[in-house]
Amino acid sequence: MPEYILELHGITKLFPGVKALDNVNFQLKAGEIHALMGENGAGKSTLIKVITGVHQPDAGEIILDGKKVSFKSPRDASQAGVAAIYQHVTAYPHLTVTENIFMGHEKRTYGFIQWRTMHKEAQVLLDALKVDFHATDLMGSLSVAQQQMVEIAKALSTNARIIIMDEPTAALTRTEANRLYEITEKLRDGGVAIVFISHRFEDMYRLASRVTVFRDAKYIWTRNVSEVSEADLIHAMVGRELTDLFPKPELEIGPEVLRAERLSCTGFFKDVSFAARRGEIIGITGLVGAGRTEVMETLFGVAKPDGGALYLNGAQVQIRSPQEAMQKGIGLLTEDRQHKGLILDWGLGRNITLAELSQFSKLGFINEKAERVTAKDLAERVDTRAKTLFDLAGSLSGGNQQKLVVARALTSKLDVLIMDEPTKGVDVGAKAAIYEIMGELAGQGMAIIMVSSEMPEILGMCDRIYVMCEGRITGELSRTEATGEKILELAMKKDGKTELGETG
Amino acid sequence: MSEVRPKRILDATPPGDLKTRVMRWEFLLLALLLGVIVLGVNLHHNFLAPNHLFNGISVFLVRGLIALSMAYCLLLGEIDLSVGAIVVLAATLLGVVFNATGSALLGLLTALAVGLLCGALNGLILVKFRELPAMIVTLGTMILFRGLSERILGPANIGGMREVTWFANLYHGRLGPVPYFVIFFFVLAGIFWFVMHKTTFGRHMFAIGANRTAAEYAGINVGKTRLIVFSISGLICGISAVFFSSWVGSVRSDVGLGYEIEAIAMCVLGGMSTAGGKGTLPGVLIAVFIIGLLRYALSLVNVNPETVRIILGALLITVVTMQNVRRFVRKKTAPAN
Repeated sequence: MPEYILELHGITKLFPGVKALDNVNFQLKAGEIHALMGENGAGKSTLIKVITGVHQPDAGEIILDGKKVSFKSPRDASQAGVAAIYQHVTAYPHLTVTENIFMGHEKRTYGFIQWRTMHKEAQVLLDALKVDFHATDLMGSLSVAQQQMVEIAKALSTNARIIIMDEPTAALTRTEANRLYEITEKLRDGGVAIVFISHRFEDMYRLASRVTVFRDAKYIWTRNVSEVSEADLIHAMVGRELTDLFPKPELEIGPEVLRAERLSCTGFFKDVSFAARRGEIIGITGLVGAGRTEVMETLFGVAKPDGGALYLNGAQVQIRSPQEAMQKGIGLLTEDRQHKGLILDWGLGRNITLAELSQFSKLGFINEKAERVTAKDLAERVDTRAKTLFDLAGSLSGGNQQKLVVARALTSKLDVLIMDEPTKGVDVGAKAAIYEIMGELAGQGMAIIMVSSEMPEILGMCDRIYVMCEGRITGELSRTEATGEKILELAMKKDGKTELGETG
Repeated sequence: MSEVRPKRILDATPPGDLKTRVMRWEFLLLALLLGVIVLGVNLHHNFLAPNHLFNGISVFLVRGLIALSMAYCLLLGEIDLSVGAIVVLAATLLGVVFNATGSALLGLLTALAVGLLCGALNGLILVKFRELPAMIVTLGTMILFRGLSERILGPANIGGMREVTWFANLYHGRLGPVPYFVIFFFVLAGIFWFVMHKTTFGRHMFAIGANRTAAEYAGINVGKTRLIVFSISGLICGISAVFFSSWVGSVRSDVGLGYEIEAIAMCVLGGMSTAGGKGTLPGVLIAVFIIGLLRYALSLVNVNPETVRIILGALLITVVTMQNVRRFVRKKTAPAN
């Protein structure tokens, strides 16, 4: 048996005007977990699509089990034992788990679908993954983490020997990520080779034995994880030293702009109180599902609170719609950029200017030239990695889409900017750029509210940190007193017994 | 992070090379329009005679007007099925008021007001009950409005408006060979084009049609935009009712039947996506003339209405499938990722 189960030699993939992969190599051993790292747009996703037969390479060869192969379609790859679990779960929410698992390779006898057999087999797969849902559940009723388990079961149902996971932990909580680690290791022990893509260094150190880095469509190196330091990795990915990951400026904190008092929304959160001052970056953290996003959407007028009060610059306000929120100076960068943030069918430029069209128009008439100038300026500032201002937002990778969302916030004159998971799925270089912009905006006197599950950025960027658990604020920490342990402890404080919450 | 990354420069010149321009849907439509004209000239020697031609154009522009506002509804990803019913209700009340007061001006204002109110009613229902689909709401109001005018008119008809010269001239009057109505239509189409493609309101319509949630999160007042669009739709129906009354001079309760279907057909042929967010007004305008001139050409050679319907249906299906084939070809050649 050859040493490598899968080898790629000199793969080049061209798209009109873009070299997405430039003469790259990749070698995967049987039974290893191999981390694939690189900035957004470095070519990782294209490589996966080449391995899974979605794209055909323009040059180079793919060798599977020592034999040269060419995958004409995902079906070819799947039959050869290659499966991928994508960044965005590609599920059918209205179908059952079983149907999702067997989609495309249903069990049939004389053309009749064998439901009972399929449910049984699906349940066996799910039991092996030790999940807490059933094969007959509807996909749409599951959490993101659970849906990912279904995707893994789906990969297993095709008897995959190579499983590629594209940022599987991006949307998971810590506990869920731990479950995923265990399952991934179990798969490896069972002889499956795994390619693991993630922006979290933590994932790589925890799981992978070897790591390959890509930068600007080129292969950089492959090394053993045990011999690689975080600084080496960053250098390889970014191509330069990143001296300061968290460029938090020391700012004069101004007067209070926003204060929430005992905001409540039945079923989501209760008695949430906090305040933000000019020039301040406050963090709101806690586990996914703690009600953070719901609180923010209430501030932005998407949902109505059923109790409590909101004060803006000292005066009580009611915010009934996003439009009203923006008129009053509150902006929100949503976590769900695909559905709520961007119009994927539109070019970059129009996405950036959408919220503030009036800046470029007189009496409702849009000055498209002025619009383009501003859009170009902002898109370059966040470095979206696109070629033209008219590239579709949907054609950008997840991280670059996030930069686009950030660029939009730069058009608005705001007092308060809420950033919900601003660096989710974003590479290390772009993260630094986003943090830098956060600092700049705070320097202009904005109050920034950052909602995040990423401990390092919460600790690195925030002046004050509120921790939420199950719809309540369980604690407030200053920059100096905050540590990872303290935050975790507060995030798990399930009974909610603090001076703010009541016993419920 | 003090180190400056080499800044990537974005190309900000709008894409506009000859090939993409010629490949645009509107150009294919123009070719089709030319084909219809060539066909017309071959069918009948009087096809291009100004008198005949402008008569023919005026007839279909009564419906063509509605395609303009229907384009806005489709752009939002909505549909207005009640347009034909609003036309008949507005025309009915125009006749009633005219006969009661003897004033054509009062009748005209009534028709406009009725149209606007009916449209606003559609809009208000849609804004109040956000999750109701426009197709169902306007189906309901279509039955309601038509029922009302049937109740008012019964099997009779109301007429006499053409006795008033200025009112009859709205449709029949001409500046040289060109009817005032045709000039009015083009001015209106120009305004509709400008608003759709050059203003913030237009951009907001595109945004709502493309992704309503994202539009909401960008601070666009989705409810207000929908209310305005449906009110415009109603108002245009009122205008159409005025021209219809000026043309025919009387109203029966079966006026306006099938207007909604024809307006939607014109829009879809013109490249409006029924899913919202895509389309151009020039496309719709050309499509109005394709369907209208084809009807006119066939009427010149006395093709019966059933056959006209068969031809139009076949044309529509052919062209719409072509549009899909074209999209498919484009997808195949466009970069993925």
